[in-house]
Amino acid sequence: MARKAITGNGAIALALKQVEPDVMAAYPITPQTEIAQNYAQYVADGAVKTEYIAVESEHSAMSAAIGSAAAGARTITATSSQGFALMWEMLFIAASLRLPITMPVITRALSGPINIHCDHSDSMGGRDCGWIQLYGEDAQEGYDNAIQAFRIAEHMDVRLPVMTMIDGFIISGAIGPVETLEDDVVKEFAGDYVAVNALLNVEKPVTVGAFDSLGGWYFEHKIVQNRAMENAMDVIEEVGREFGELTGREYSHFKTHEIEDADIVLVAIGSAAGNVKTVVTKLRAEGKKVGMLKVRTFRPFPTEQIREALSGAKVIGVMDRSDSFGAQGGPLFTEISAAMYGGNAHPQLYNFIYGLGGRDLFPDDIEGAVEMLEKAAAGEPVEQKRHYLNVREG
Amino acid sequence: MAVCPGPAVVSVSTGCLEVSTTIYPYTAWKDSMIHSAFENAGATISGVETAYNSLKKQGKIKEDMYFVAFGGDGGTYDIGLQSLSGAVERGHNFVFVCYDNGAYMNTGFQRSSATPCGAWTTTSPVGKESAGKQQNRKDLTAILVAHDIPYAATASPHNFKDLMNKAEKAFATPGPAFLNVISPCPRGWRTPGEATIALAKEAVQSCYWPLYEVENGKYKINYKPKGDKKTPVADWLKKQGRFAHLFKHPESEKLLADIQDYIDKKWEELLQKEECLG
Ligand SMILES: Cc1ncc(C[n+]2csc(CCOP(=O)(O)OP(=O)(O)O)c2C)c(N)n1
Repeated sequence: MARKAITGNGAIALALKQVEPDVMAAYPITPQTEIAQNYAQYVADGAVKTEYIAVESEHSAMSAAIGSAAAGARTITATSSQGFALMWEMLFIAASLRLPITMPVITRALSGPINIHCDHSDSMGGRDCGWIQLYGEDAQEGYDNAIQAFRIAEHMDVRLPVMTMIDGFIISGAIGPVETLEDDVVKEFAGDYVAVNALLNVEKPVTVGAFDSLGGWYFEHKIVQNRAMENAMDVIEEVGREFGELTGREYSHFKTHEIEDADIVLVAIGSAAGNVKTVVTKLRAEGKKVGMLKVRTFRPFPTEQIREALSGAKVIGVMDRSDSFGAQGGPLFTEISAAMYGGNAHPQLYNFIYGLGGRDLFPDDIEGAVEMLEKAAAGEPVEQKRHYLNVREG
Repeated sequence: MAVCPGPAVVSVSTGCLEVSTTIYPYTAWKDSMIHSAFENAGATISGVETAYNSLKKQGKIKEDMYFVAFGGDGGTYDIGLQSLSGAVERGHNFVFVCYDNGAYMNTGFQRSSATPCGAWTTTSPVGKESAGKQQNRKDLTAILVAHDIPYAATASPHNFKDLMNKAEKAFATPGPAFLNVISPCPRGWRTPGEATIALAKEAVQSCYWPLYEVENGKYKINYKPKGDKKTPVADWLKKQGRFAHLFKHPESEKLLADIQDYIDKKWEELLQKEECLG
């Protein structure tokens, strides 16, 4: 293992290089571009055996990835924001064809108006397209998740595409310390790829993506697809445990901090978890019973485990880096609310929307949120509406 | 596919061909086939061909394999043009076949940019203010030639030998090759099924659909109707229900003359191209 000072994008490009898949199809978009560039350079230098397709759009990036994966090659791409949106149609098809493509997503706000900075409106907008979604907090988790994604996607019980998120600029562009593994260790962990029903199998030609309409098996196919998602729950944990044995960095669906006896718990996802953790530590030192739960697996959503983990809390504050127009709250808020409603404990739930379009999230903002939650815990009236952190008044 | 020299993978865009040949759990394809969406037959086959190159280099595949994409005129001239253009520019080794029936037939006769001027379709309807489609067709084969594609050709099912020769050449071409094949559609053209081949033949004789090929920039016209063999396009239009309105109103005469002028102009242009670039 080596400790490197590297950007989030650099760490992910390195992880992909170490796995050395057969095909990459990519199109540049800020803040993902560095991954496409670094990988093209690896190919140009002959550092990898990967064939690189510099496609003419993200729609074609995902289409080519689908063709390649269906052909039987281990296949990757990467994107952000508008590129993610342009892939939208094909994201569903990749999942429905059960193709184990992996894709780092460097999260960024969606137009319009145009904004290149971080929020989760891209990846959260794609939460129902049938891909497994893993969120990382920092460059280290970006690197580790990018490696684990292959094992999860290709597992025989799963066979679904996996996207791994890190926050645009905040993580993708910032240089931080990353513990990297040796190439051969990564290769061995990822293992050899064995394609199922490959187009290129001359002995056994296949028809992929047939017309599955009225009288077909569409409904049954969707059920099977969802079953694969359910299976992914255990596989993600299994792969995370194995990765832990290898590196000392164990992964599960979520991580908790000071949660055992906490009355107030903040739920966060992505890079904000670091800030929240710092604030929680500070408030604990002041004797406040505050804790944090950081979500890693968003699809499939680990409903029961999260419900169990949060069952002791009186008040829960859910922090969303994307809003959902006309819904009851941000995407994470509605998931957590639904999870808690299904249990016996019924804590109060509040939603904090922050960081849209790259807006900063300061420790004071988080402390302000906790103050509001303390009031609620003390039985004082607090409005149930969305609360926006660090926004201009009026 | 009959002249494909080895095992192939076929990518088909959404449309009549895909819908009629792959009704789950059946398939009419003997080779591997993939359908993923409407606009991406070119991008999909790019991925397949690249995967093949990767696995071949690694020694994981031994056989020589061939790559074909099929699109209707909608999936080729319109929504699929970008992904086809990208795939050709990148130089993937594949054959793209457009079966041009001149409209979106799968969704029930809507205009495409391949629909001829004057044709009735449900989105270029005939009414008090309109006599069908107002614009001429897009010259897609010329657009493909402008990509400096190594091989591009037009073909017609009535001249089967010519079609097969061209398919053979397309498969033998290293890099991308493009075949544009006129495909009369009885439902959409409002013509009897048994007239299909005769209609294709007349499209060629009227020079509405000239048969030619462009090999590395060199033009060759495969059939030149001489003298009165070049039939008036109106004769051909008259046989199709989608143009029936043009023959009911005397005001349409101007439009018919314009259609004929346009066809003559394109034909002259082609003759000149052959002379200069033959
Ligand atoms: C993005 C998208 N838009 C629209 C459609 C609906 N659609 C399916 S097939 C088709 C028309 C196909 O026409 P063409 O490519 O000419 O082939 P044909 O069916 O005439 O052979 C359309 C509009 C679609 N599948 N995807």
